[in-house]
Amino acid sequence: MTQPATLPLVESLLDAPLPASGIAWLDAARQESRDAFASTGLPDTRVEAWKYTALRGLAQRRFAHGDATASGRAVDPSLLALPGVEGARLVFVNGVFRADLSTLDALPDGLTLQPLSRVLKDDAEPLRFGWSRSATRAEAHGAADAFARINAASAADGMVLRVAARATIAAPVQLVFIGADGEGELAWHARNLIELGEGASLTLIEQHLGDGGQAQLATFVSDIHVGAGAKLHHVTLQNAASAANLIRHSHLRLQARSEATLHVVELGGALVRHDLQVELLGDGAKLHTRGVFMPHGRQHIDTQLAIRHQALNTASSSNWRGVANDRARGVFRGAIVVAPGADGSDASLSNKNLLLSAGAEIDTKPELEIYADEVQAAHGATVGQLDERSLFYLRSRGIPLAEARALLTAAFCRAMLDDLPNPDLREHLSGLLIAQLPA
Amino acid sequence: MLKIENLHARVEGKEILKGLSLTVNAGEVHAIMGPNGAGKSTLGNVLSGRDGYEVTAGTVSYNGIDLLALEPEARAAAGVFLAFQYPVEIPGVNNTYFLRAALNAQRKQRGEKELDSMAFLKLVREKLKVMQISDELLHRAVNEGFSGGEKKRNEIFQMAVLEPQLAILDETDSGLDIDALKQVAQGVNTLRSPGRAFLMITHYQRLLDYVVPDFVHVLADGRIVESGDKSLALRLEEQGYAGVRHGAVA
Repeated sequence: MTQPATLPLVESLLDAPLPASGIAWLDAARQESRDAFASTGLPDTRVEAWKYTALRGLAQRRFAHGDATASGRAVDPSLLALPGVEGARLVFVNGVFRADLSTLDALPDGLTLQPLSRVLKDDAEPLRFGWSRSATRAEAHGAADAFARINAASAADGMVLRVAARATIAAPVQLVFIGADGEGELAWHARNLIELGEGASLTLIEQHLGDGGQAQLATFVSDIHVGAGAKLHHVTLQNAASAANLIRHSHLRLQARSEATLHVVELGGALVRHDLQVELLGDGAKLHTRGVFMPHGRQHIDTQLAIRHQALNTASSSNWRGVANDRARGVFRGAIVVAPGADGSDASLSNKNLLLSAGAEIDTKPELEIYADEVQAAHGATVGQLDERSLFYLRSRGIPLAEARALLTAAFCRAMLDDLPNPDLREHLSGLLIAQLPA
Repeated sequence: MLKIENLHARVEGKEILKGLSLTVNAGEVHAIMGPNGAGKSTLGNVLSGRDGYEVTAGTVSYNGIDLLALEPEARAAAGVFLAFQYPVEIPGVNNTYFLRAALNAQRKQRGEKELDSMAFLKLVREKLKVMQISDELLHRAVNEGFSGGEKKRNEIFQMAVLEPQLAILDETDSGLDIDALKQVAQGVNTLRSPGRAFLMITHYQRLLDYVVPDFVHVLADGRIVESGDKSLALRLEEQGYAGVRHGAVA
C-alpha cells in the first residue's frame, strides 16, 4: 500500500484528534506513535505476519473516533453475568470506563485496580516507561504493528492493575469490554497494564462482548508483567458482536520461576486478530496456553502466538484448536524461539484444526527456532475432518450423523478447557462453544 | 429375525462376501468361525452399515424390513448392535453422557419417551450390578486409556444398557486373557434371552467354551461352507481351517 494516507481507514484514524493529556511525555509519545502510523500505514499481505489476513475490506471503511456518549449508553445487564464469578470488575463501553457497571469497592489487600483514564489524571508517571517503550517497539516492527501504534496514539482508557508482592488475590478480577452501537460506526482503543509483584497470585478474566449490529474497530494493547515466583491465570473470552473488528496485542513478560496459564476462547467478531507475545525472561519461568478459535459465517480469526525462551530451564506448553465452518477462515501462527543461553528449556506446541465445511479454511504455521543446548521441543499442526471411525462408532450406537458430528466437535474444542479450575466458568465457556456449533 | 440371502459385498473394489446365506431366529446364538480373510468382520460391518462396504447382490431382511436400506443409526434404533473388534477411543466424551445420548437417540427414533438423568442413572446402576462392572468406568471418557479387556467389557456393558434384539460380536474374545474372557462371556450369557439373538464372530473356539452356541457356521472365502452344532467348533479346533475350503471337515 504505497499511499497509506489515501485509504479511508487510515485517513479516518488520522483524522481523530489526539487525546490532550497536558502531560508532556505522554503527548509526545502519542504524537510520535501517530506520526509513525501515518508514515507506514497498514500492513499488506506481503508483510509475513499479515500474510493470511488481508485488510483490504477493512481499509475501505471509515470509523468515527470514540464515543462521546458512551457513559450513558444502556447495556443489557445479562451480558455481564458470569456464573460462579464474583469480585472486582472493570467494565468499559466503547472503550470508556463505566463506574456504574464496575465493582471496585472493597478490593482485597494488595490489589490496586483503576481505570487508565483515572491514573492518567492522578499519577501518570509510572506509565511513562511502558508507553514510551511501546512506541519504540512499534518503530522496530514497521507496518506489522500499525494497530499497536494507533492504539498508543489514541487510547485514553483501559485497566491498570497491580498486585503487591506476595499478595494472593483469591477472587478473579474481571475485565470487560463491551462494544455498543453508537451514532455512527466507531473506532475505539484501550490499553491495559497488569503487574504482578514477586510471589503474587491472580486470576484475571478478560471478556470482549458485543451488544449491537454496527461495524466497529477496536484495538487493545495489554502489557503484562509477572514478577519472580508470581502466578497468573488469565482467561480470555472474545465473544464480540458479529460486525466488530478487534485487533489485540498482548505482551507478557515472565520473570524467574513465575507461572502464567492462559486460556483463550475466540468466538465472535468479524475480523479478529490477536498478537500474543510471551517472553520467558527469568530462569525456570513456565507458560501454559490453551486456546480455541471457532470462526463461522464469514468471520476471520487470526492468532499469532510468539513465545521466546530467553532464560535457563524455561518451559512452555501450548495447545490450540480451531474449528472453521461455512466460509470462515482461521489463522494460527505458533512461533517458538529458544534463544542462545536458554539451555535446558522445554517447549511444546500443538495446533489441531477441524474444517466443518468445504468453504472454510484454516492456515496454520508452526515455527521453531532453537539456538540453545539441551532443549526439548515438539511442535505439530494438523487440519482435517472428524475421524470417520469415531463417527461410525457413535452412529452404530444410534446417534444420528448430525448429532454425532456435533458431539465429536464439541469434545474436540472442550478439551482445551479441561484444565480450567473454576467449574462454573468452564461450563459457561463450554456452553458458548457448543452454541457456536451447527445445530 | 435375520435372513441373509446370497449376500455379495465388496471392499475397495475387492469382492469379500461371495453369496453368503444365513438365517438367525430369536433366542438363538450363532457362532461364525473361519480363517483370517474369510470375510468375518466384513459381515459384521455390512450388517451394521459401515461406510466403504458395497453390497453388490443379495438381501438382508431383519424382522421383515430391508436392513441394508437403513442408516447405521436407524439399524441401532431397530435393535441391531455391533460389539467392535477394535472399540474406538473418544476423548472428551464422557461414557455416561455417551450412553445416555445413544439410548435416548434410539428411543426417540422408536417414538419412545426419552429417559431423564435420574431414570437413566437408575438403569445404569442396575446394569452395572448385573454385569459386575465397576462404576469407575462411567466417569471416564469413552474407551480413552482403557485396557483391551476394559474396552471389550465396555462394549458388553453398552449392549446391556441398549438391550438390542440382534447382537453381533466381532471377535470380542480376541486379545483377552482368560479372566477377561470369562467376564465378557458371563456378560453375554446374562443377556441371552428368548427375544434376543447373537451372532458371534470369532477366530478361536475358546469363547465357545463359555458361551455355548446353538449353531456353528464355517465362513470361508465369503460363503458359509458348513454349518453344525457346537461339536463343529471342536473339530475345527482340532483340524484347523486348512481343509475347510474344500468342505473336507469331517
